[in-house]
Amino acid sequence: MEIWNRHIECMDRDELRRMQSERLRETVERVYFHVPYYRQKMQEKGLSPENIQTIDDLVKLPFTTKNDLRDNYPFGLFAIPMSEIVRLHASSGTTGKPTVVGYSRRDIATWSEVMARTLTSAGATNDDFIHIAYGYGLFTGGLGLHYGGEKIGASVIPVSGGNTKRQLQLMHDFGSTVLACTPSYALFLAEAIEESGLKREGLRLKVGVFGAEPWTENMRKEIEDKLQIKAIDIYGLSEIIGPGVASECLFQQGLHINEDHFYPEIIDPQTLEVLPPGETGELVFTTITKEGLPLIRYRTRDLTRLHYEKCICGRTLVRMDKCLGRSDDMLIIRGVNLFPSQVESVLLEMSEIKPHYQLIIDRINNLDEVELRVEVDEEFFQDKIGQLMALRQKIQQNLESSLGLSIKITLVEPKTLERSEGKAKRVIDRRTY
Amino acid sequence: MIIHQLSVFLENKSGRLTEVLETLGQENIKITALSVADTSEFGILRLIVSDPVKAKKLLKEKSFTVNLTEVLSIITPNESRYYAKALKVLSDLEISIEYTYAFSVGEKSVIILRANNPELAIKALQDQEIELLRASELYKI
Repeated sequence: MEIWNRHIECMDRDELRRMQSERLRETVERVYFHVPYYRQKMQEKGLSPENIQTIDDLVKLPFTTKNDLRDNYPFGLFAIPMSEIVRLHASSGTTGKPTVVGYSRRDIATWSEVMARTLTSAGATNDDFIHIAYGYGLFTGGLGLHYGGEKIGASVIPVSGGNTKRQLQLMHDFGSTVLACTPSYALFLAEAIEESGLKREGLRLKVGVFGAEPWTENMRKEIEDKLQIKAIDIYGLSEIIGPGVASECLFQQGLHINEDHFYPEIIDPQTLEVLPPGETGELVFTTITKEGLPLIRYRTRDLTRLHYEKCICGRTLVRMDKCLGRSDDMLIIRGVNLFPSQVESVLLEMSEIKPHYQLIIDRINNLDEVELRVEVDEEFFQDKIGQLMALRQKIQQNLESSLGLSIKITLVEPKTLERSEGKAKRVIDRRTY
Repeated sequence: MIIHQLSVFLENKSGRLTEVLETLGQENIKITALSVADTSEFGILRLIVSDPVKAKKLLKEKSFTVNLTEVLSIITPNESRYYAKALKVLSDLEISIEYTYAFSVGEKSVIILRANNPELAIKALQDQEIELLRASELYKI
């Protein structure tokens, strides 16, 4: 079994720790002198770069949250001049404004490196055809996989999302061997293949790298059965780099974190204390090599735990469990982040309705569907069908333009939405993971 | 000559219409006319009742979205040409009709309509000696 960077991925853990300490020192110095926001936060705690000597000193540093990114929108946390930023990506934020991330040329090289490790650990080589059905664009999925695929010398097929019929044709005609997309899209493709009458023997698929949304072991089994491939879990978030933060090897014993670049901690989301190894809590990352957007103790809100024993594959990098949930209310819909508060702020801007709403998320034919049930306001109700239909369309358009998601709108009678303990129940997620 | 019609927003789910009718029935509110406009997901129930103000209050207490809407009512002999004549009076003046429904009582037809300019519509119909019903008359039918 191939390992892309044996020197790092199988490094002695003490040696790795020394490397992490040195890189943390450099990072702290960089943010202290180049990011006013971090300098201020450190000064408030009475810290200067000399106080951070080893990775053990990390706990002294303040956390960073998605809100901090929003407050410094768009480029306030960048640590290098824009002339050295060669790429921008963005994902949706908590209240409408996107979270913007910037990469230096070296960051792009780092990203390609960690993606090369990811693809190699999934068994891909330069003989493979990598079918990338993640979206290309501001979303990091498509380009992240793309650069990694090129780095290992594979033949990259940048098919992007959508147009299932063409996906199947290219997969068949080009002989795609590695499929990269969200797990729900993989299942959708599996069914499309069945319906198209294409013979499985006519396809050369052998492995899939799936991420960008939570999925269960049951889903993995279903994908592996239906597509007759090995389904590999990959993990990443744009704030840290995009895909490539962590990935499984073919033994599927947890996701190896590329901790020479992204140092993980597990904290209790309530007390914010670091938890002992093996305990479940919120995953926090410090980027220790990034130039464009270095982040200190960034709270991912993903819940998981870490395993420090060496993997059967020989890698010594720490492994994380498949994410077990979130410590906030973020939803992931077809790979797009969605906070209920975003929906609420769109509704609040419309005078015709009161923000009494409920989101119902379901998975229909393996694709996420969102329905927004919103109560009709008595003051607006004028007994005209046309007016209600126009209102529905307006809500839909406003949501689509600010969230980038198409949501089905259902108008409901007031006070019919489920309440629990006096508080409105805003989200009903019927998807099974 | 303005009639207050009760308009109720209804989700398309079973039992809602029954609940409206039961609520009104318990308080002895009589229904003269009823019509439902519907889409695939929701509908609007329109009612002419004996006491619209009280009916609105009762339904509001049951959390229905309800409003009083101003409509007109005319009474004509029971032949379609009279209905046509009344509509033509309005269309000649470019008064548009949002919706209309009708029912017959013996030899007469009672027509309910919602016009975008009710005052002008009343005047035009009266000028043509088309008989309009007062609320008090309609509620008693």
